[in-house]
Order: sequence, then C-alpha cells, then structure tokens
Amino acid sequence: MMAKFSNEFYKCFIKEDRYKLLISGIGVTIKVSLLAIIIGILIGMLIAMCNLSKKKVLRVIGGIYTDVIRGTPSVTQLMIIYFVIFPPLQLEKWIVAAIAFGINSGAYVSEIIRAGILSIDKGQTEAGRSLGLNAFQTMSRIVIPQAVKNIFPALCNEFIVLIKETAIVGYVGLMDIQKAGDFIKSATFLAFMPLIGTAVIYYVLIKILTLALKKVENRLRRADAV
Amino acid sequence: MIKVQNLHKKFEDLTVLNGIDEHIARGEVVVVIGPSGSGKSTFLRCLNLLETVTEGEIYVDDELITSPKINVNQVRQKMGMVFQQFNLFPHLTIMENITLAPVLLKKMTKEEAKKRGQELLERVNLGEKANAYPAQLSGGQKQRVAIARALAMDPEIMLFDEPTSALDPEMVGEVLDVMKDLAKSGMTMVIVTHEMGFAREVASRVLFIDQGVVMESGTPEEVFGNPQNERTRNFLSKVL
Repeated sequence: MMAKFSNEFYKCFIKEDRYKLLISGIGVTIKVSLLAIIIGILIGMLIAMCNLSKKKVLRVIGGIYTDVIRGTPSVTQLMIIYFVIFPPLQLEKWIVAAIAFGINSGAYVSEIIRAGILSIDKGQTEAGRSLGLNAFQTMSRIVIPQAVKNIFPALCNEFIVLIKETAIVGYVGLMDIQKAGDFIKSATFLAFMPLIGTAVIYYVLIKILTLALKKVENRLRRADAV
Repeated sequence: MIKVQNLHKKFEDLTVLNGIDEHIARGEVVVVIGPSGSGKSTFLRCLNLLETVTEGEIYVDDELITSPKINVNQVRQKMGMVFQQFNLFPHLTIMENITLAPVLLKKMTKEEAKKRGQELLERVNLGEKANAYPAQLSGGQKQRVAIARALAMDPEIMLFDEPTSALDPEMVGEVLDVMKDLAKSGMTMVIVTHEMGFAREVASRVLFIDQGVVMESGTPEEVFGNPQNERTRNFLSKVL
C-alpha cells in the first residue's frame, strides 16, 4: 500500500521533473489572477460609477455590461476574447486571459462597490459637499474610504472566486495549475495523485491569501474598535 | 447678505416651499420655527444648495447663487452647515474631521489648519479630544465638533438644521452655549430649531414658517409676545 503510494507519487511529481510543471503552473495562475484582479477593480469602479451616475446613458451602459457578463459563462467569454477579439493584437496569452477574467470580474466587483457606496449614509456626502468639497473629493476622501471597509469581505470573496475561475485557462492553451495536473494525469495514466495534488495546491494558495486578507481587514476595522 | 426672492421648492407633486421672500442682513441671528413638514429645513437646505431650487432666486453677497453658472463649491465655502445628525466622518479623527476641508481646498497648510483646529476645539471646550474618533464622543460633543468643523472654513454664514433635536436632553445646553457664543461674536446665523427658549434669548429675528411660506417675522418679543397670525398663535400655544 505504502509502496504503491510512494511509487505513484514518484511517477506523478518527481519523474521527469514533473513538479516543475506544477510550479510554473502556480506562476501562471498567480500572474493571471493578479492582473485580472487589478483590471477587475478598475473596471468595477468605472461600471459602479456608471450605474450610480445621474446620466441615463451611463446607467444604461453599466446595466448592459453587468447583464451580459453575468448572463454568459466565463469559459465562453474567455474563448470569445481570446479567439475572436484579441488575435489581431498578438498579445501574450496570459495577458489576454487576465484581461478576459478582469472583464468578467469587473461586473461582479461593480455590484459590490455600488452596494458599498449606497451603504454610506447620505449625510456623509452632504457634510462633505456643505464644506465646499466637490463631488469627486467627497467620494474619494469621505465615501469610498468608509465603503471599502464595508465591502472588503465581499471583495475578498470575489478574489477567491476569481482565482479558482482561472482554472479554465487551459481552454486557450495556458499551462496553469489545473492544466499541469491534467497533463500529468494524461502522461502517467494516473488520476488520484495529480488531481488531489492540484486541489491541494489551490487550497494552500487560497488559504494563504485568506489569512493575509484577514490581517488587512483587521487593520481596516481598527478605527471602529476604539 | 442673503436675499431670497419668490423661492419655490417642489418634490415631484409635493410643494414644500411656496414663495418665500426674505432678506437676512449681516450679523443677524435668524431663528426659523414652525410645525414639522412646514418646509423650514428645506428652506435652510436651499440656502446652501443642498436642494436644487425649483423656482425663484437666492443671492448671497449680491451674487445670484441659483444661477446654473455658479460654482456651487465656492458658494458653499462661505456657508457652514451643521446637521441634526452631526454627520462627522467616522473614519477620521476629530482633528482630521476639522482640517480635511481647509487643507484639501488649499485654504491653509496642514500646520496652519491644525493650529486653527486646536483653537476651534478649545473654543467648543473639546481641546483634549483632537486625536479621538467620533465614535468615542457623546452626542453633544459630536455636535460641538461639527460646529468647529464648519467654522474651520471661516464661513461668513452659519446654517443650523435642528442642531439639538438628536441629542439627549442633558446635552442640549452645551451645544446651545456654543451657539450663543457664536452669536455674540457677530456671526450671521440661520437656525432651524424647536428650542423656543433659545430662540427668545438669542434670535435677533424669528421667522415662523408654515405651509411653505413665511407666516410671520419679527423680533422674539413680537412673535412670542404678540403673534399677529392665527397659525402662529396656534403653533405657539402647542409648543410653549
């Protein structure tokens, strides 16, 4: 039993330096996720502003964006962006993938940000404006700093979903953690070890992120505790 | 200093202000009284354009502030506003609450603003609270900070929207004292309040607003002692 286990472990991870596939897969997953999170936040803020705008055109644009993104599977979006929209630009694969996930995440982030901004009492905006601050200064110095604290847990959740979502990048030929595990499975004709290995790697990555974000959240809450 | 002409405010079908004409001179302390829903808070909020005016004109220092071309932010810098719910910024310390606007709007450097902030805090008897957060203060203390915050912009006019209505009774006095002090210093003030004793003592003029119009205006002696209007008499008989 033990011998079989270590034999399979050897075949899957040590033989032919297969662990290196997984390690470079981790790199790809992290690269894609990180850039996608940044793009997602930027798009999310933009779309949230559209949705909260007084101008109807902007609200309609924001509405259509969220509606379309939420109404189609992310694999489909990824493939459309990769095979239909971006080929002429000849960008690196991982950048295109990150843009696709960022566009997808932006729709969800925008809803989180919108809810966060609406959760701040109207009196805060009025107090800011009555001091002579303009709309942007009031938003950036008074409303958003308070909203961030409220939406932080929801944003963390979205980041975690996004990281796991990137497991579909194999569809456009990127070798991330999932694809590396899959590759090992095909090469060794073994299913248990590579797939459980893949799961463990994702789990550990997300656990580390969760703990780090928890620390940040505690720091954000410090002003409330006093 | 403030001239209001034929001011109307409608919220969809509801008419809240129905033609107000009023002239507030520099140094006046005008106390606005009236039943709830009479439009007195809306009147005050129109003065610093927190509500968009439906019809009519407001001039501040002969400048037509209801004009669409006006820089609203600059107009508001001349007018401090104190709210019923204090509306302090909970994520900032007391000092940061006070210095945010003057520094951001480049009226003062950070050091100047801090020095001025400390002076203002001493003036409202909260000199030791500079580094506290709003959540650590009582209601009365919060409202005094809110007054200091508004004063930090060196406004020419102070507007008070029911400043003591959200306070526990034992804290009303400390806020009214600060306001009395301010009135004595010659600040032009417009105050919406239910504190009739305060109105009698401090007001240079009392406005009684009901159904969106000024029903009666005069010195506290005139309005409280010898009200001319039936509605004023009716209202005062219920609150005095």
